[in-house]
Amino acid sequence: MARQMTGAKMVVQALRDQGVDTVFGYPGGAVLPIYDEIFQQNDIQHILVRHEQAAIHAAEGYARSTGKPGVALVTSGPGATNAVTGLTDALLDSIPIIVLSGQVPTFMIGTDAFQEADTVGITRPCTKHNWLVKETSELPQILHRAFHVATTGRPGPVLIDIPKDVQFATANYTDAPKKSSYRYNPPVKGDQDSITALIAALETSKKPIFYTGGGVINSGPAASQLLRELVEATGAPITSTLMGLGAYPASGDKWLGMLGMHGLYEANMAMHDCDLMICVGARFDDRITGRIDAFSPHSLKAHIDIDPSSINKIIHIDIPIVGDVAHVLEDMLRIWKARGRKMNRDAVAKWWTQINEWRAVDCLKYKAGDSKIIKPQYALQRLEALTKDHDRYITTEVGQHQMWAAQYLNFEDPHRWMTSGGLGTMGYGFPASIGVQMAHRDALVINVAGEASWLMNMQEMGTAMQFGLPVKQFILNNERLGMVRQWQELLHGERYSQSWSQALPDFVKLAEAFGAKGIICSDPADLDDAIMEMINYDGPVIFDCLVEKHENCFPMIPSGAAHNKMLLGDASTKDAIKEGGAVLV
Amino acid sequence: MNALQIKKGANKHSAYNLRPTFSDTVEQHTLAVLVDNEAGVLARVIGLFSGRGYNIDSLTVAEVDRAGHLSRITIVTRGTPQVIEQIKAQLGRIVPVHTVNDLTVEGPSVERELALIKVTSEGEKRVEALRLADIFRAKVVDSTLSSFVFELTGTPDKIDAFADLMRPIGLSEVARTGVAALRRGED
Ligand SMILES: Cc1cc2nc3c(=O)[nH]c(=O)nc-3n(C[C@H](O)[C@H](O)[C@H](O)COP(=O)(O)OP(=O)(O)OC[C@H]3O[C@@H](n4cnc5c(N)ncnc54)[C@H](O)[C@@H]3O)c2cc1C
Ligand SMILES: Cc1ncc(C[n+]2csc(CCOP(=O)(O)OP(=O)(O)O)c2C)c(N)n1
Repeated sequence: MARQMTGAKMVVQALRDQGVDTVFGYPGGAVLPIYDEIFQQNDIQHILVRHEQAAIHAAEGYARSTGKPGVALVTSGPGATNAVTGLTDALLDSIPIIVLSGQVPTFMIGTDAFQEADTVGITRPCTKHNWLVKETSELPQILHRAFHVATTGRPGPVLIDIPKDVQFATANYTDAPKKSSYRYNPPVKGDQDSITALIAALETSKKPIFYTGGGVINSGPAASQLLRELVEATGAPITSTLMGLGAYPASGDKWLGMLGMHGLYEANMAMHDCDLMICVGARFDDRITGRIDAFSPHSLKAHIDIDPSSINKIIHIDIPIVGDVAHVLEDMLRIWKARGRKMNRDAVAKWWTQINEWRAVDCLKYKAGDSKIIKPQYALQRLEALTKDHDRYITTEVGQHQMWAAQYLNFEDPHRWMTSGGLGTMGYGFPASIGVQMAHRDALVINVAGEASWLMNMQEMGTAMQFGLPVKQFILNNERLGMVRQWQELLHGERYSQSWSQALPDFVKLAEAFGAKGIICSDPADLDDAIMEMINYDGPVIFDCLVEKHENCFPMIPSGAAHNKMLLGDASTKDAIKEGGAVLV
Repeated sequence: MNALQIKKGANKHSAYNLRPTFSDTVEQHTLAVLVDNEAGVLARVIGLFSGRGYNIDSLTVAEVDRAGHLSRITIVTRGTPQVIEQIKAQLGRIVPVHTVNDLTVEGPSVERELALIKVTSEGEKRVEALRLADIFRAKVVDSTLSSFVFELTGTPDKIDAFADLMRPIGLSEVARTGVAALRRGED
């Protein structure tokens, strides 16, 4: 049914038709007509952030914690350029978000008009796709298509740049077409012969392992369910990347923990020694592979991924399977059952004996140290113990605290863990926690932060207060850019160039200045009570947890080293990184 | 970097060696990419090549189906087999891209390029220019008392050869279209 309306009204109508209930944004001249329409309706709630970067991260947090796309609205010029970091973040982590930006009127484009920027040009390499809308009549279909593109195939960020005259002009609004009518519909079903080949390899494998990633989360709840079923049925061990935590429960007995640079010893050793690696929705990131020519040298490798460009990009794959995780896992289970549920059980039992020896190394143990100082690991262990029974969502900033959170917090379900993996964006966690809390108003949402990262988007305290979002900012304050300091210690002769967090604010006073609650804790003996106080407070909290200043994050695979060359603690770090590794990040 | 004795761009030591090491042979491939003829699509393709450090030896683009708004981009590129596979996969995931065909591996194909070549010379050299043009079946499309513009169609190699021969005779300007290519046979 066609209806006449302005472009600005179309935006709101299309958002409504696409099931959007929340938009994160910041107004400006080039989007005023859209803001006027937002003012005149109640279906969609607009969350006014304090910086456009935060709008994008909030939309990411909303998306990752719900499985639905997130939406952000920004003005032209500086509004759009402030969105670039968030767009790049969402692109690298495959997060579906739709960003709407205002643009100067079409007849002024190219004249260096006030707040004009070539937004589609600037964002072309950091979006999955983008559009500059030149006619109001095209706007409704572009809006619908944007949702389709962002959420179909490998998800990602899209941007629609809407000139102001296009917002004012009137045209016919048209409804969204059926998803199947779009040409852009990457296949979800995997090739049956390849899946059968993989099952045949699995049946005889002596040392299989599942290496899973963010693609399992992207694929939706069914994928996690099927993964659990497949792991239980086959008895094979499973590890995951940072992005895939929660797809398989941390309490499951097949769980080896996270792998990679700061992953667990048992996970990395098992990856190194396995004879069959089944990669499910992960992309062989350099944090995972370490030295490429020494990466899992004796294994047959299968890779399930919806994006053909992820396959054979870095590591040679023997059994490539292009398709959606849930679809492929379903076929795997079906075929494996139909062929008689075969596994080489004796060999796999031996494999577990070996794995349990690696587990016994207990790679996450740390030196207790001074009983008056809180170890960051201890703080997270206590946070885990005191929050695990809550309806809990965790976001993080970037640095050591992020890695410790991945190591010491346990995730039982998908969509509960929001972190910036690919881009590693400091300043992600706080706004992301706001997006998560908007989607889950009654849940316990905690941002595990480092003090330096947290300061990068601290202005969002205003947003949290205005919208009554009780997000908990759990800051592991080491007064250092800890991750940078660690690298300088290991690689740059302990010359700590610019890695101190100096002139830090009094976080308690800062919280109070915004009308929030501030808690400071420096004694391990007070920690539990302080954490409980944070949990029980009905409103935003800044928790300044003063921790050991020079703790290093272990285990660690030094850059450029193989998986089985892990460093397990401070003693092993001397000259650990060879000159070849030093150029890597 | 020098302290580490690693040459910039050397990938032996680098985990950023994204090129799987199983083959080092660099091959030239001609790719035919069918795309929606929409704003920015060429920028997307070119941005992919520059952003990911791939080579473009030649690139041509023109609308080939006005009613269907389809353009055909023909790209001649080079890389190891793994890089070529990556390029195809990366092209394939650009949203307005319909198909990517590797004409170099998908059976025999014809490749042609058109060039306009200006030669400025006098006396004996003019005669030699015309003689060579005749051998290459180049057409004279403009002439003055001291210059010719030749039009030549053929494979890029043939055009290279012609230009090389004309250089000592007085080659002054070359304009080339880049490669257009089609698969031989029925489809
Ligand atoms: C300081 C720091 C340290 C880090 N250390 C580590 C570390 O020790 N260990 C670690 O694991 N990570 C670490 N990371 C994160 C790392 O940089 C990468 O972001 C991460 O490893 C990538 O995860 P992934 O392979 O699961 O890929 P993702 O980026 O989540 O990509 C998902 C893959 O799945 C595919 N996919 C998407 N949807 C589907 C679908 N429906 N069906 C099938 N396939 C699909 C995509 O095409 C893609 O190939 C660190 C990051 C930082 C900032
Ligand atoms: C925007 C941005 N700038 C710089 C970096 C590089 N970087 C990575 S970790 C880190 C230090 C983070 O310090 P902090 O937030 O205090 O966390 P810690 O490592 O101490 O836990 C820096 C500067 C980054 N990841 N993001």
